[in-house]
Amino acid sequence: MNMVAFTQTDNQLLIELRGVTKVYGTGQAAMHALRGVDLRIYEGEFLAVMGPSGSGKSTCMNILGCLDTATAGTYRFKGIEVNRLTRQQRTKLRRFYLGFVFQGFNLLNRTSALENVELPLIYRGASAHERREHALQALDTVGLRGWESHTPGELSGGQQQRVAIARAIVTRPTVLFADEPTGNLDSARSHEIMELLTGLNRNRGVTIVMVTHEPDMAAYAKRVIRFVDGLVASDEPNGGKT
Amino acid sequence: MPWKTKPVRSGNLVFWNTLLLAFREIRRNVMRSVLTILGIVIGVAAVIVMVTIGGGATVQVKQQIASMGSNLLMVTPGKRLGPGQSTGSIPFKESDAAAIAREVNSVKAVAPLSTQSAKAVFGNQNWSTQVAGSNNRYLQVTNRSIQSGRQFTDSEVRSGAAVCLIGETVRAKLFGGQGAIGEKIRLHGTSTSTSTGTGTSTSGSTGTGSSSGTGTGGATTTTSTNLSCEVIGLLTAKGQSTMGTDQDDFVVIPLAAYQRRLAGNQDVGIIQVSVEEGVSTEKVRQDIVRLLRDRRHLSPSDDDNFNVMDMKEIVKMLTGTTQMMTALLSAVAAVSLLVGGIGIMNIMLVSVTERTREIGIRLAVGALESEVLMQFLVEAVVLSSFGGVIGIVLALTTSVWLAGVLHVPFVFNAGIVVLAFLFSAAVGVIFGYFPALKAARLDPIEALRHE
Repeated sequence: MNMVAFTQTDNQLLIELRGVTKVYGTGQAAMHALRGVDLRIYEGEFLAVMGPSGSGKSTCMNILGCLDTATAGTYRFKGIEVNRLTRQQRTKLRRFYLGFVFQGFNLLNRTSALENVELPLIYRGASAHERREHALQALDTVGLRGWESHTPGELSGGQQQRVAIARAIVTRPTVLFADEPTGNLDSARSHEIMELLTGLNRNRGVTIVMVTHEPDMAAYAKRVIRFVDGLVASDEPNGGKT
Repeated sequence: MPWKTKPVRSGNLVFWNTLLLAFREIRRNVMRSVLTILGIVIGVAAVIVMVTIGGGATVQVKQQIASMGSNLLMVTPGKRLGPGQSTGSIPFKESDAAAIAREVNSVKAVAPLSTQSAKAVFGNQNWSTQVAGSNNRYLQVTNRSIQSGRQFTDSEVRSGAAVCLIGETVRAKLFGGQGAIGEKIRLHGTSTSTSTGTGTSTSGSTGTGSSSGTGTGGATTTTSTNLSCEVIGLLTAKGQSTMGTDQDDFVVIPLAAYQRRLAGNQDVGIIQVSVEEGVSTEKVRQDIVRLLRDRRHLSPSDDDNFNVMDMKEIVKMLTGTTQMMTALLSAVAAVSLLVGGIGIMNIMLVSVTERTREIGIRLAVGALESEVLMQFLVEAVVLSSFGGVIGIVLALTTSVWLAGVLHVPFVFNAGIVVLAFLFSAAVGVIFGYFPALKAARLDPIEALRHE
């Protein structure tokens, strides 16, 4: 464990959920995805979110990622009450503080790796020079130097997920949300991706919240929470695999 | 910590970035983009071609009428019944033309003119053309000149000598590469006389033709006539007129020869009067009307049994007609532009559905609703403007080619080019807005799940 990085970012409360519920539909058909979740995430953490399908972990991720809003309860991000923000303000929060990595990579087709990584920077209004510089740097970080002109179709699954990670970190986000980032990859590729995420967390102090099914992958995290029926059933520190 | 967020920039840079996104998107799907703009390309091209060719035609009408002499009055017998003339009115005589020349002020030249179609023969070549009986004044009022040879002498006009001036087309058809001056051609015409007419009869005709009139009712007799005449001059070519008639396809002979040897009567079909520069044609027109009413013994209660037409009216009428045609055709073309716009909307709507996931990605990485809207809108505008530009290039090439084929001058109309471009861009905005709004309103989670 890298003690220096840990102490630098320790104890800064980043995310706080209080009694967060999420209900889909109304009346008899109402589906309670979250039934009052309390959760605190500190800067520099590497959190794995586990649980069976339909336990509410993905819903919780979407709310944390400001892609969705809670039905009730409060969500504070850096002290800001997210549930009171407008859709536009939440978008800006995503733009400046959050990065996303998805199970299905979600890269733009027929678009080079470099342009994919540049995408978030375009929305930040970066100049062409800055965009290129930062995107190349991010691709270098994920070990894809030399692959910048390849389109997703020309890359392997592992490489595509690396491009997606590069896209997520190119904006230097405070939190990186990874939704089953290894779900579409074989074991060897999965471990490579996890090494990469661990490195980002340890060396760059990026807070990572990762949803996963696989205990192998969760083992890389410093803390593991389990969802059952829309509630946090367990919340345990983890050694963090090295 | 070096890993810090950069401050946002706005304004210009955002605009250029949106443009950049649009270009990347268009480049990503070249085929779809080409198909999308096809409608706009055709629409813009059609409008510009119509307006350009129509404008060229209008210019040509004006030029030709100007070359005929715009201060020209055409005096025709018969009541004014819209275009053309009525039948059964008293024809003019050469003396009427002489009277106008003598008694009306500010008249530059008066040319009596009678025409009929005839067959011109030289050797084994023959050609159906128009024969005009007139004098040298005819050349003056119609702005014609002699290219080679000479015009009529006074004595030839007086005596009705067997001499003629020919147009370029007649020369080419009869003589080909040979010289025509000094050669004799034969003109086969027809004389038409009414048995209850004004007293002139076919006896004046020295033609050898036989009577071909069937004489139904015994009212009209048609007789073939012919005349052999020497070519003394070749008229300078004028080319095709606006109405598509060949202005060089005719033969001019002295009026007296025409009356005696071809028509077999003393009638003058039309009197052309050219008015001096800077003089009101209306004043001259009124003078001619007064004189002719007097000569034709009309009482004040009688309507005119002749018509004096100002060439300027004809100019107005003809340009009005061409402009109307241009406007109508352009309107039809504009509809195709509209259809092109609907095509863009269609493809953009399909594209929004097809790109739902991509929109989800953009929203997730921090694109604002307004930015997605702008991107799709800019994409539509860039596409349609691009279509506009291609359409303009296509239209100008087509117009140049078509102007050549139709013998119409190519008149570059910058106004319509700019208008067509702006319209195509506007089509992008209008028809791109709805799909863009649809894209921007997508829920990021739903969009990301979309397959």
